[in-house]
Amino acid sequence: MMMPRAYVPQALSRQPWQVIIPLTLLTLFGGAVLYSAAGGRWQPWAAMHIIRFFGFLTMAMLIGRVPQEWFKRIAMPGYVVLCVLLVLVELIGRIGGGSQRWLNLGFMTLQPSELMKPGIVLVLAWFYSMLPLNEIRAWRAIVPPLVLLGIPAALVMLQPDLGTALAISFGALVMMFLAGLPMWLFVGGGLAGAIAAPLAFFFLLHDYQRKRVLVFLDPESDPLGSGYHITQSKIAIGSGGFFGKGFGNGSQSHLDYLPESHTDFVFATMAEEWGMLGGLFVLAVFAVVFTWGLKVALRAPDRFSRLLAAGMVTTIFFYVCINMMMVMGLAPVVGIPLPFLSHGGSSMMTNMICIGTIMAVDRWSRPQRGRLA
Amino acid sequence: MKQKLPMTAARLSQTFERRTFMLGAIQGGVGLLLATRLGYLAVAENAKYKAASESNRVNLSLIPPRRGWVLDRNGAALASNRADFRVDLIPDRIVDADTTLAKLSGLLDLTPDHIADIKDKIGKSRGFQPVEVASKLEWDKFAAVSVRLPELPGVIPQRGYSRFYPSGAAVGHLVGYVGPASADDYVREHNPLLITPGFKIGKDSLEKAFEVRLRGVPGARRVEATASGKVVRDLGTREDVPGQPIQLTIHAGLQEYAARRIGLESGSVVVMDCLTGDLLAMVSMPCFDPNSFSDGIGRIEWKMLSEDDHVPLRNKVLRGLYPPGSTVKPMVALAFLEAGLDPHAAVNCAGGLRVGNRVFHCWNHHGHGSTDMMKGIYQSCDVYFYHFAQQIGMDKIAAMMRRMGLGQEFPMPYPGQSYGTVPDPAWKLRKYHKEWAVYDTVNATIGQGYMLVNPLQQAVYVSRLASGLKHMPRLLLDRHAPPPPSMGFRQEHLDLIHAAMNEVVNGRGTAGKARLPIPGVQMAGKTGTAQVVGLNIGNGKGGQWKHRDHGHFICFAPFDKPRYACAVAIEHGGGSPAAYPIARDVMTYLFDQTKAMAALDEYERQWGGNLQQRMAAKYAAYAAQYGATAPAAPDDDEASKEVEQDNKPVAEPDSPETDAASPAPEPEPGPAPAPPSPPQPAAQPQTPGATASGASGQ
Repeated sequence: MMMPRAYVPQALSRQPWQVIIPLTLLTLFGGAVLYSAAGGRWQPWAAMHIIRFFGFLTMAMLIGRVPQEWFKRIAMPGYVVLCVLLVLVELIGRIGGGSQRWLNLGFMTLQPSELMKPGIVLVLAWFYSMLPLNEIRAWRAIVPPLVLLGIPAALVMLQPDLGTALAISFGALVMMFLAGLPMWLFVGGGLAGAIAAPLAFFFLLHDYQRKRVLVFLDPESDPLGSGYHITQSKIAIGSGGFFGKGFGNGSQSHLDYLPESHTDFVFATMAEEWGMLGGLFVLAVFAVVFTWGLKVALRAPDRFSRLLAAGMVTTIFFYVCINMMMVMGLAPVVGIPLPFLSHGGSSMMTNMICIGTIMAVDRWSRPQRGRLA
Repeated sequence: MKQKLPMTAARLSQTFERRTFMLGAIQGGVGLLLATRLGYLAVAENAKYKAASESNRVNLSLIPPRRGWVLDRNGAALASNRADFRVDLIPDRIVDADTTLAKLSGLLDLTPDHIADIKDKIGKSRGFQPVEVASKLEWDKFAAVSVRLPELPGVIPQRGYSRFYPSGAAVGHLVGYVGPASADDYVREHNPLLITPGFKIGKDSLEKAFEVRLRGVPGARRVEATASGKVVRDLGTREDVPGQPIQLTIHAGLQEYAARRIGLESGSVVVMDCLTGDLLAMVSMPCFDPNSFSDGIGRIEWKMLSEDDHVPLRNKVLRGLYPPGSTVKPMVALAFLEAGLDPHAAVNCAGGLRVGNRVFHCWNHHGHGSTDMMKGIYQSCDVYFYHFAQQIGMDKIAAMMRRMGLGQEFPMPYPGQSYGTVPDPAWKLRKYHKEWAVYDTVNATIGQGYMLVNPLQQAVYVSRLASGLKHMPRLLLDRHAPPPPSMGFRQEHLDLIHAAMNEVVNGRGTAGKARLPIPGVQMAGKTGTAQVVGLNIGNGKGGQWKHRDHGHFICFAPFDKPRYACAVAIEHGGGSPAAYPIARDVMTYLFDQTKAMAALDEYERQWGGNLQQRMAAKYAAYAAQYGATAPAAPDDDEASKEVEQDNKPVAEPDSPETDAASPAPEPEPGPAPAPPSPPQPAAQPQTPGATASGASGQ
């Protein structure tokens, strides 16, 4: 509808700029935070963070051009490959003596559990799109997805990586919910979970994870141990006030009181220097991204793409939700980074795969709309 | 309700849309929750977290304030501060106590008993409380520890100030001592200063009573430090504000002189200014050395002090109670005068007084012959007092004693004075439900029986008697204090008593050796010998130390224009001859320091050195004998409790006395059998005026 459209190449004008621009701003903002966290240096985090973003943005745009058929075709094989990689990681870890989450491919380290987050969404979207409509309330709609979820979730728990296992499970459950499984399943499942949680707490969690949960419930009980993380993070956020202490003035991060100031607790690092204002900006950008993603899902032409887009939104949402709740003392400490702010290649890649996939769904809906119009 | 409709794409799509909205709503809700939480943390709770962040960022280390000085009346220091190097330990931060202590003992040359003391303290400490390892270190040793800090976690070397008492043991009871705050102190006053290495609080006497005034305000060093404690930058240092000084009425030189002059005896000397009531000296010996007490009470020191039968931990001035013996006679005589007795009324002393079918003996069994009041005082004739006390009655005598300050607790900055007993018929009836008997009066008039006084009361008594002014003992110097009111005695009465007391020293009395070697200055006094055990156990002069008589001497000088008053009490000295030479020399010091010092030097040569030398020798002997095997010293609180126990006032006897005490012999001037035989003062040849003035005084 805009005049310049005619002069801008279609490949560019078709891009969802209303999302790419806020995301770029958020990442640049993250770069600034990392720059400050490194004591006013581009190395080792800030420069890499921004370079990676543009690299993965290109990747996302390329994913955005992939036709739906390709997605459907790689859904199941991709899932199987990821499961094999998870087993491989486990084996290498066992042999090396200790836990390992990544494979060294020589040119980069690959964390298969990260890729499993979009992977599970893709395979379930494919599964439900293949499922005959009237089987949606039969066991065939429930058991195979649970198996599909169970294998990688168990493998990731073995690593042990509670955060990622939760992320994978959450993605899968939301997929099942959106696919239209009967409501009572989720209500009943919620109740069962409420019963199972204490059991899991005592029998499934590792000591350090159990401790984290306990400390989350009462951080002051262990102010110098694992409660330290939560306490220091709250101090960083709380001391920032509305406008923050100013760029480069975050004493909590600069004096090493804040643990993992450039990864899991980057939001606290940011909030200390930029205050509540910075926090609201971050929340606003995520609101824009999620609204866009859900709108794309609602407009999508078919069941597969609808589920795929909504599932990808959910995956990113889970990162954001858990991370921010953790740093503000509303959830126990689990190792989940904050998308586009935390330093780290694997999570950036996962998130950009999600964004790219939503962009692809957006693209699939366009010609359809064009045809209708 | 639930219709089983065939599933259609449209229905599924509807479900998807509905549930997507639900998902969006949940996401929006979570967003709102996060924003609210953010606002709560960053805005509502901002002040709290800002403070927490500041306390993270800024590391505040307190600098203990320099303690206020304790000054004497002329501004000389009784307690001051000395810059020194010290090393402390924080038990919580030690990784391996044995290794650390082994390293420290190598670097600092610590003795095994000292190491054992430190281990005790680490065991008793509450972890975060610093434990002193050593203070007053030389630079070399201090530097040796400082450079090895990385291998000595929990060890804190620092420069600081430590308390210094220039005259040592002479002011131990007067000023007290300081020590690290105990766990109880910290519970009572939750002040981080109390657990700052190097900080000490007053533990006893004035140091404790004036803690608030003496303490001062700590300084602070503020640094920005990382979580691991690495200092990023200095944010500045605030200097400490030293505590306020307190100025005492004490004369430092006199105090030290008196302490040294007591020598090997166990006793006390109190000197008062007859014009103002100022306490010029208040000495109880032997005494602990507050300098070494302030460094922490070691096991050997504790063993040495607690085994000493001269009770060095007791402040005898305020807590020693003794029968005053004949020193009460001048005031009994004054009571007679006030009751209208003619001073020339005489009684014939034939060595005893018969009352009914009983005979009460005079100390002089040969008798004093015809005795009037003058002679009764200077010869200390018991019969004179027995006789007229019967006539006048105990109530008037007891009233006079109380007027003089006996049985009274004075407002002094020390806890727990023992104020003794002034017996009278009402008291006896209340206490024992028994009628007052003749022998009770007999006992009271010679300062025996139920009568118990402390040396401070003796000093107040003699200064009131000397000046006729109602002195209250004053320890804090106040140059603008109103002059004390008159006691209301008639001057002619006082003159008569003063003349009789002058005769004691400078005439035909019982203490001729107490004559001052100062031309033109005559001292008046009164001897007193108080029995400790009955004559059936010992004669009070020799034998077991514990059984020897207490010796008293009260005096003032010049007798005709009283300026200074002094009371000396020597426990188990074998009678007043142990007391009055000390009184004489202390008084001499007030008029001629050179002469007094010359006399003291002579004594100290015989005693084997001065106070510090003798205490050091004793300590060395103990250390050689016991070393680290001595039982652990109690911590400060336990120690003070034990001292408290030790200082319990002598209880009044549970059962009433049933007979008169036989008076202890008041020695005539002549060779006295007191254990440290009073040698001829070195100053004697140079004092021809003493005898001359003695003669002229009579």
